[in-house]
Amino acid sequence: MQNSGGAVILMQKEYDDIRFYYPETCCFEEMAELPALDIFDEGVCSFLDKLSDLIRHDKECRNYPDVLTFGFFCRRAHIEQLKKNYSEKNRLGRGLTFHIAPSNVAINFAYSMAAALLAGNPCAVRVSEKDFAQTHMIGRLLREASKETKNQERDIGRYIALFTYGKKREITDHLSKLCAVRVIWGGDQTIGEIRKSPLRPRSSEITFADRYSLCVLGARTVLAEKRMDRLAGDFYNDTYLFDQNACSSPRLIYWIGEADEIKAAKERFWSAVSDFLKDKYQVGPKVAVDKLMTEYKAAAVIPGIKFERKSANLINRMELMELVPEIAGFTCPGGSFFEYGDVNFNALRSVVTEKFQTLSYYGADKEELISFIKTNGISGIDRVVPVGHTADFSLIWDGYDLIRTMSRIVDGFGQY
Amino acid sequence: MIETFHQLKPYSLSKEEKQERLFGELKELTEYHREHCKEYARFLESVGYDQDNIKTCEDIPFFPVRMFKECDLMSIKPEDVFKTMTSSGTTGQKVSRIYVDKENAMVQQKVMVRILGDYIGKKRIPVLVIDTPSVLKDRSKFSARGAAIIGLRVIAKEMVFALNDDMSLNQEVFEAFLQKYQDSFFLIFGFTFIVWQHFYKVLDEKTHKYDLSNAFLMTGGGWKKLASQSVTNGDFKNSFGKLCGIHHFLDHYGMVEQTGCIYAECECGHLHASIYSDVIVRNPMDFSPCKIGEKGIVQVLSVLPRSYPGHSLLTEDEGVILGEDDCPCGRKGKYIRIFGRMKSAELRGCSDTYGTGS
Repeated sequence: MQNSGGAVILMQKEYDDIRFYYPETCCFEEMAELPALDIFDEGVCSFLDKLSDLIRHDKECRNYPDVLTFGFFCRRAHIEQLKKNYSEKNRLGRGLTFHIAPSNVAINFAYSMAAALLAGNPCAVRVSEKDFAQTHMIGRLLREASKETKNQERDIGRYIALFTYGKKREITDHLSKLCAVRVIWGGDQTIGEIRKSPLRPRSSEITFADRYSLCVLGARTVLAEKRMDRLAGDFYNDTYLFDQNACSSPRLIYWIGEADEIKAAKERFWSAVSDFLKDKYQVGPKVAVDKLMTEYKAAAVIPGIKFERKSANLINRMELMELVPEIAGFTCPGGSFFEYGDVNFNALRSVVTEKFQTLSYYGADKEELISFIKTNGISGIDRVVPVGHTADFSLIWDGYDLIRTMSRIVDGFGQY
Repeated sequence: MIETFHQLKPYSLSKEEKQERLFGELKELTEYHREHCKEYARFLESVGYDQDNIKTCEDIPFFPVRMFKECDLMSIKPEDVFKTMTSSGTTGQKVSRIYVDKENAMVQQKVMVRILGDYIGKKRIPVLVIDTPSVLKDRSKFSARGAAIIGLRVIAKEMVFALNDDMSLNQEVFEAFLQKYQDSFFLIFGFTFIVWQHFYKVLDEKTHKYDLSNAFLMTGGGWKKLASQSVTNGDFKNSFGKLCGIHHFLDHYGMVEQTGCIYAECECGHLHASIYSDVIVRNPMDFSPCKIGEKGIVQVLSVLPRSYPGHSLLTEDEGVILGEDDCPCGRKGKYIRIFGRMKSAELRGCSDTYGTGS
């Protein structure tokens, strides 16, 4: 890197370390100069609709449900729906956004990109170093969409760059200095690493730190459920689908009901989950031992824990006599759950911290849960969603309104 | 009691006899540690331990060996700790801490001598250590490597370190040792990778060839690092045989958490469990015991640990039981093969973005 008159320029040799998915190559300095757009800019909406169209008619994409879901997310009808929550007129983008996407979830980067575009910003997206097929697909379709929309009033294709590079500090430094908003997906360690690269004084940052999520299940409703397979499938989508490694995957199962109901409901629920997992999920030796390790670590600290291993090493359950704050320290991917039962939500008051993100529920009342959080002034839990929907992307994520955080308002008041 | 074991030869018990003695001792140890170690008592409570349901060695509860890195597990009063042994760990990693009292330390040493005696005889012999003497001085390095070397002191007539602090061969010391002991029976000891990298390769480049045909080459520490250089256990032996005439080899498997109970390699290339210890290989799907010939996660049992609850541990290694009581070398008990550490799994999910891993 070289410093010429205050401006930092990325050297050719550093560009050589960047692998582009879209476009073939680009000049980040030029991207940073692109005019910011209104939120939900017409050009952006039609570009995303075009992309949606291409995805939904692409042969290769058909085999990737995650890509298809993204395709549906950015179709015009859905974007119009989202737009309704943003009626303010004088909102426009902040400028170049720099995204560091998760290394283990292939499609996440696309949502981060779409949100930044809808907020009116150019986006430089560092995707995972793992060469996912999904990244290639989106890259290819972006090229096509960009070709087809080139002659429209705004050339939205120029607002996007998808690329990856090793852990080259120089490149992170450079893009961090250049951007108006930095978006870091993933855990505390990553955030710490990226934060070594300073932002400009006016730039802002969205970070998705390590979080803890829980699931509230109503025992009586579980006992009355006729389609246990469907409930198990929804629970699977929240947990094992991501190796229980997503920030929204529940780690604590909070049962509501009388003790005998809960006992029966647990049997019913976990045997349905176990049946659902049988042909779908495998636990490797390392994960099996890691889960065992987590149990013993917890047992050493929390008195009265009971291990429940009816489903071999697929489901590891730790039954708690009382809910203690220490549980948030014992997280392990691959199907490791704490369980607690009570007649009401009150025990949550002593454990929920700002680290808590998603509360998924089944057989409990959403409004009641939200009002419980509000009346008790609980510092955590940013989302309350039905079981099966913890991973649904929304423009409000992790307590951030992505559109409003990545845009600014022009305040025009009074009259001269 | 363990004393009764000392009256038997280390590989003299066949399956039924061994199971009976081992089971009695392990069950007693389980109760003992339950009474003397608070954390261990909690472990047993968590798994719903009921003495009456424990019918065979396979029923003895186990926990991951890594727990010794997470908490201080001991069944003695802190003032009775005679020495604290630590596992090897690279910088930043947590190390295991094993608390041993005087009595337990003596038992460990005694058993080690008895097991080794079955291979190399009971007389004290000269030992050439392929390592640097600073491995004992530097507390941060005093780990599995240091502990193993110290353990060998009891069988050593004289112990000499062949490497300098920078891991180069100390030519002077090496030649002097050979001059003194070349014609008699002696032991060369070191960690597999160090012996290969800093001893074999150095000797191989020299024009002068040394005659080490009276030596027993004892190694430990696993083959993973050599496998990455495509050197197998077989290659290792062939190479040393050709280069300097060594034809007695004694590789072994063991861990600081069960010091004393080593699994030594016989002439047939099999690692043997002595009467003091046993191996159960467990299926990663449900931790059920595997049959002979089935690969799984290695659990080690030992009747030695009394000052800390380490008598039944699930290791991080994969292995297989090759047979029991029927090794052509004549030693009774199970004989095994170790494949090394389990591989890490590639997980989905957003909890790691920048790749703090690979």
